[in-house]
Amino acid sequence: MQTKRSTFPAGWLPYALVAPQLVITLIFFIWPAGQALVQSVQRQDPFGFRTTFVGLDNFSRLFADPLYMNALSVTFVFAVGTTLLSMSVALLFAVMVNKLIRSRDGYTTLLVWPYAVAPAIAGVLWWFIFNPTIGILPYILDMLGYDWNHRTSSTDAMILVIIAAAWKQISYNFIFFLAGLQSVPHSLIEAAAIDGASPMKRFWTIVFPLLSPITFFLMVINIVYAMFDTFGIIHATTQGGPAQATNILVFKVYMDGFIGQNIGYAAAQSVVLMAIVIVLTVIQFRYIERKVQY
Amino acid sequence: MVENRPFQTFLTHLILILGVAVVVFPVYVAFIASTQAPGTFLRGVIPMTPGAHMVENYSAMLGTGLRRAGAPPIAGQMFNSLVMALGITIGKIAISLLSAFAIVYFRFPFRIFFFWVIFMTLMLPVEVRIFPTYQVIVDLGMLNSYAGLTIPLIASATATFLFRQFFMTIPEELMEAARVDGAGPMKFFKDIMLPLSITNIAALFVIMFIYGWNQYLWPLLITTDTDYFTVVMGIQRMANAAETDPQWQLVMAAVVLAALPPVLVILFMQRLFVKGLTETEK
Amino acid sequence: MATITMDTLEKTYPGAAEPAVKGISLDIADGELIVLVGPSGCGKSTLLRMVAGLETITSGTLRIGERVVNRLEPADRDIAMVFQNYALYPHMTVYNNLAYGLKNRRFPKAEIERRVQEAARILEIDAFLGRKPRQLSGGQRQRVAMGRAIVREPAAFLFDEPLSNLDAKLRVQMRVEIRRLQRRLRTTSLYVTHDQLEALTLADRLVVLNAGQVEQIGTPSVVYDRPETLFVATFIGSPSMNLVPTDFVRSHANGHMPPLSDRADIIGIRPDSLLLAEPPEPATPLPATLELFEPAGDVSHLYLRLETLPEPLTARVQGRPSLEEGAPLTLWVRHGEFHPFEKETGRRVE
Repeated sequence: MQTKRSTFPAGWLPYALVAPQLVITLIFFIWPAGQALVQSVQRQDPFGFRTTFVGLDNFSRLFADPLYMNALSVTFVFAVGTTLLSMSVALLFAVMVNKLIRSRDGYTTLLVWPYAVAPAIAGVLWWFIFNPTIGILPYILDMLGYDWNHRTSSTDAMILVIIAAAWKQISYNFIFFLAGLQSVPHSLIEAAAIDGASPMKRFWTIVFPLLSPITFFLMVINIVYAMFDTFGIIHATTQGGPAQATNILVFKVYMDGFIGQNIGYAAAQSVVLMAIVIVLTVIQFRYIERKVQY
Repeated sequence: MVENRPFQTFLTHLILILGVAVVVFPVYVAFIASTQAPGTFLRGVIPMTPGAHMVENYSAMLGTGLRRAGAPPIAGQMFNSLVMALGITIGKIAISLLSAFAIVYFRFPFRIFFFWVIFMTLMLPVEVRIFPTYQVIVDLGMLNSYAGLTIPLIASATATFLFRQFFMTIPEELMEAARVDGAGPMKFFKDIMLPLSITNIAALFVIMFIYGWNQYLWPLLITTDTDYFTVVMGIQRMANAAETDPQWQLVMAAVVLAALPPVLVILFMQRLFVKGLTETEK
Repeated sequence: MATITMDTLEKTYPGAAEPAVKGISLDIADGELIVLVGPSGCGKSTLLRMVAGLETITSGTLRIGERVVNRLEPADRDIAMVFQNYALYPHMTVYNNLAYGLKNRRFPKAEIERRVQEAARILEIDAFLGRKPRQLSGGQRQRVAMGRAIVREPAAFLFDEPLSNLDAKLRVQMRVEIRRLQRRLRTTSLYVTHDQLEALTLADRLVVLNAGQVEQIGTPSVVYDRPETLFVATFIGSPSMNLVPTDFVRSHANGHMPPLSDRADIIGIRPDSLLLAEPPEPATPLPATLELFEPAGDVSHLYLRLETLPEPLTARVQGRPSLEEGAPLTLWVRHGEFHPFEKETGRRVE
């Protein structure tokens, strides 16, 4: 990795400069992660007096556990649903805003602020709107003949958390799509127009392929977001229910470890999550390396 | 513009106005709800026009909170959120600037190793190491403290990378000229690097402030004393309580208050926000 | 004011197989302007940066004045440097750019003020003292960079290709100014460039470097008139010197050959030395065919084919002689303008 061509004489100073970052990282990141690895091959008795080494037992229990398998599939549906919904709406907005010139900044302002709303708050907002007794949307849905109740219906609960999670993330995707659209060379679109391509055809054959690196990048980011940053949405609203229908992995690990005090079992779940983050980070950085080469 | 048909422009505006309406809708509903009288939410449907109890509801939340739900006054929680957001933001920027400066402007043993250690933080979000991190906080006696709320979250690979990236674009000769001019490393850092980094620092400040304010799981883990609750995590208790005791006008006042500061930051610093967002992902 | 003494200075970058600077010795007199010139990668910038203290010295001794400065920080060597891209501090005004080095050395405020004003007056940048570098033109930035060196009143100036970012016209103008300024201040100066014309016009003495070694040290006229190596012969002078095998010249000379060493198997002839008419002095004829005629204002370039030689020769003649492309003609070279070299060693042999 590069430094500058000439550098300051080293001595103790550079160590002092990295020390704060390093100490915090070691104490609050590396050490606990190591602990999670150790705990994942141990079992504690209910009072925490004794720990025994159990090898990969926690992991085999994990993958034999129907509740965990359920959490995996729930997380998958949630992540894919959130990503698709949020990205498609954001792309539509970005394409529309990109057509305008004078009002571009105005619409951008109106569309970016939900980024600032915490996931938990986003959850509570939609939880309120969808409130089966007084909520405005169930009222409308009822007129259309649909009996909405996320307290009892697994599907309704999943739709609720996906909408809440996607709503907040639209801003982020919108900003990146808009930046991507603005970097598409105008001459290309004009050339396609001269070649007789209709606006729709121009978008799908010229613009969208050029956006594919950004689309891929956003997909990874959105999946990471849906898997790891949405704890607040679940915790503040459905609490994983009804009947485990919205029990995503990060919520389950919290419940099992922190509330259920099932340390070894939760640690094994942490290790699985760690593996997922590492894979996603590697994919993301691969993409960045490729982008740099363009 | 390849084409400029009035109808198309009209359609574009129509779609966008509808889109903005959908995006704004939940917050509008929340605001309307926060102006209603007590008892409005016992039956029927949420009203769609403002009520007359805005001042009353907001001052009730700021001053007394929701006692029955075990939620202290919002004012104190907002102060805690502010301390946490500022602490995390300033801490992250400070230690990231220093470590990026060391990594770019010095050559020393273990430099690459340190870089990778910092990189690892990207792969270890709180969510995957909840319990052991909690134990560390307990062992260090940092439960229910501002130090516990901030210090463990200020390690940041993203910020360090951003500053490293930016420092690499600064011409080599600037540092050499400063050395010839008699500036040591820290003087160079203070006189040249800090002023040149101002825009990047500001952009990062916006992103990190939002990040810090919106923390949820972390304060949930390490605060049990209501004096240290932050407003975002405090909402959950009230929302759950409202399921049985529907004082939604108060809960929504709290929601609006909790969302307001970071939203204002984005609205007033949109350009810096967009810059911060797009640059931290490079 | 000081002398600079280099004694077998050597620089090897970590991990590099060969040294970038190979045992260079050089004595620079007080007030002298020395130009280091050579192609890119010849080690000239490295050598300059070693003097500045921006590169470590692998071996050898460097003295500025009487002091050995090998291990001193750049700030402690009493030198000032002008960088290729000027390296002005973008967030500081011109005044603060000039004053920064003095402030760091804790000069009294009044003294800083005096020196900055004085330098600004000399360089005619007084009007811009309140501006930021980005509000200045390239030439003005160049002057500020020089001003930053002047205010320090250092023992030596180091210039690292200071004119290469300027357009051609401005470059000539600034070259003259640097020369004038250096004459006036009499500050020992070390100047790096890859431009041989800049080197010839500026230097008291110039040092031609190639592959980390000194090819020749001398005044511009000595280096131009009597290049010691084939490398110097072809590097200095534009268009570059023609090289012709001695055997070829001898076979067409009809006995008009000057006395040459047996080892001289290559003869260098400057484009200006190829004459279209026989001069009164003793000269050697060369039969050629005119391949291309290129008028260039007050002079003309002729590209000439010599029957069996693979490369054409270049001649530069005054005015625009009426010649026809493809026509045979005879060129004359005065005996005094032969540059005899030995191919194997690449050195001049008389």
